Amino acid sequence: MNLKQYFADIFNGVKSLATGMKVTGGYFLRHHKEKITEQYPDNRDTLVLAERFRGEVVMLHDENNEHACTGCTACELACPNGTIKIITKFDISPEGKKKKAVDTFIYHLELCTMCNLCVEACPTGAISMANTFEHSVFDRSTLTKQLNKPGSKIRAGVE
Amino acid sequence: MFSLEDITQSVHNWLYETMHPTLALMVEFAIIGVLVIALFAFLGLVLVMMERKVSSWMQLRLGPNRIGPWGWFQTVADTVKLIVKEGMTPNNVDRLLFNLAPILVIIVSMVIMAPIMFAKGFQIWDINIGVLFVSAVSSLSIIGILMAGWASNNKYSLLGAMRSGAQIVSYELSAGLSMLTIVVLTGSLKMSDIIQAQETGWWLFKGHIPAIIAFVIFIIAATAETNRAPFDLAEAESELTAGFHTEYSGMKFALFFLAEYVNIFVVCAIGATLFLGGWMPFHVGNWEQFNHIMDYIPTSIWFFGKTFFLIFVIMWFRWTFPRLRIDQLLNLEWKYLLPISIFNILLVTVIALAGWHF
Repeated sequence: MNLKQYFADIFNGVKSLATGMKVTGGYFLRHHKEKITEQYPDNRDTLVLAERFRGEVVMLHDENNEHACTGCTACELACPNGTIKIITKFDISPEGKKKKAVDTFIYHLELCTMCNLCVEACPTGAISMANTFEHSVFDRSTLTKQLNKPGSKIRAGVE
Repeated sequence: MFSLEDITQSVHNWLYETMHPTLALMVEFAIIGVLVIALFAFLGLVLVMMERKVSSWMQLRLGPNRIGPWGWFQTVADTVKLIVKEGMTPNNVDRLLFNLAPILVIIVSMVIMAPIMFAKGFQIWDINIGVLFVSAVSSLSIIGILMAGWASNNKYSLLGAMRSGAQIVSYELSAGLSMLTIVVLTGSLKMSDIIQAQETGWWLFKGHIPAIIAFVIFIIAATAETNRAPFDLAEAESELTAGFHTEYSGMKFALFFLAEYVNIFVVCAIGATLFLGGWMPFHVGNWEQFNHIMDYIPTSIWFFGKTFFLIFVIMWFRWTFPRLRIDQLLNLEWKYLLPISIFNILLVTVIALAGWHF
């Protein structure tokens, strides 16, 4: 190590340390403006979660209580840990043809890891991730949910 | 004007008038003991709180905010919790050393309090080798740490203690040499003389470049000597769980924790005394008017203000820099700090002999 390198090392070291201290010192001075702590139970009413936050799987229903699920079971196959179970039925169309449709969309929230693979697998965009996260319950069986609302049917035109 | 010197003087006179001198001396010992323990308790509460608030503000968090206004009583609750917790001694430890180590560490921190001048004329013992006393006694705390590491019968503890030993032995050198810079400039080891020499300006400003270099080296070495991040590999949580105090719990752990914070206070007080003038108000050369205004602020406020500023700087280090590896740590000391401080002391000797300082 030559002498020039030695002093260059000292200078660069001090400079980079000063850069770091400038960052934290700046935070210290304006911490009251840029606080990132969410005071969660207190600010429950105003809490804003990121759009992409994955809390649970929901099935989207429109105002006519219609969804876009065809009962194709692509989500059930995509799920790595058996969270989704779809019970299908056969609808009889007006022309008298039999058509596969969803009867019960069972979702085990207690098994779900929020990996989003089912949402990506869905060909019709029937399910998506909601950003609710207060899932704690006293009875584990209430975590097994039926996602299609009672009386709902497939939206016309979704194949 | 408020002055601690008058209070201590009147207490001293009253004691010697009303009772036998030996008894009066004993009573003074007791008063000093109580005051030091009270200062320890105060420092433990305030510095831990300060650390938590400073760290949270540097990370844009809120920090403790539940107990008391803005969480200021959090450390009181922590202390109560530590006091009521069981002080467990594990089965296969060396019982005597295990229980002795925290007491030894805390006693060492208590002893270094002796030559520190808290305000004008407010000092436990104005020993004529003050700076030497401080650097000699502060290196004793490593015995307590090694004792804790050895007695714990735990490999993590022993490794942490050995690292701490290597670290303190190395950094004692540059801390001592940077203290020596000021001793050379002042020509005295006595704390009161060093402070008196800074009446016209603090050594940091009067001593030109060498004093600034010595100050920076002293702050680095002080951080290392108190085993604080970025030099906290004695307790490196990610590698050694908690280093030398892995096996400790309850009040025995609290004594180690307290000793760490008291040591920070002590080294910062020494730094403030040597480089920032201790209790001496901020004076600028011949500006009579300005100096007079500065004299109105009580000397104890000056001392504690400077000390807490240095403590803040050391906390700033902790929450900014990543931890060093052991080889980087020793490299920094032996290849950089030590040669620089040796060269620096040569430079300052030339300046002091030629009388170039103000």
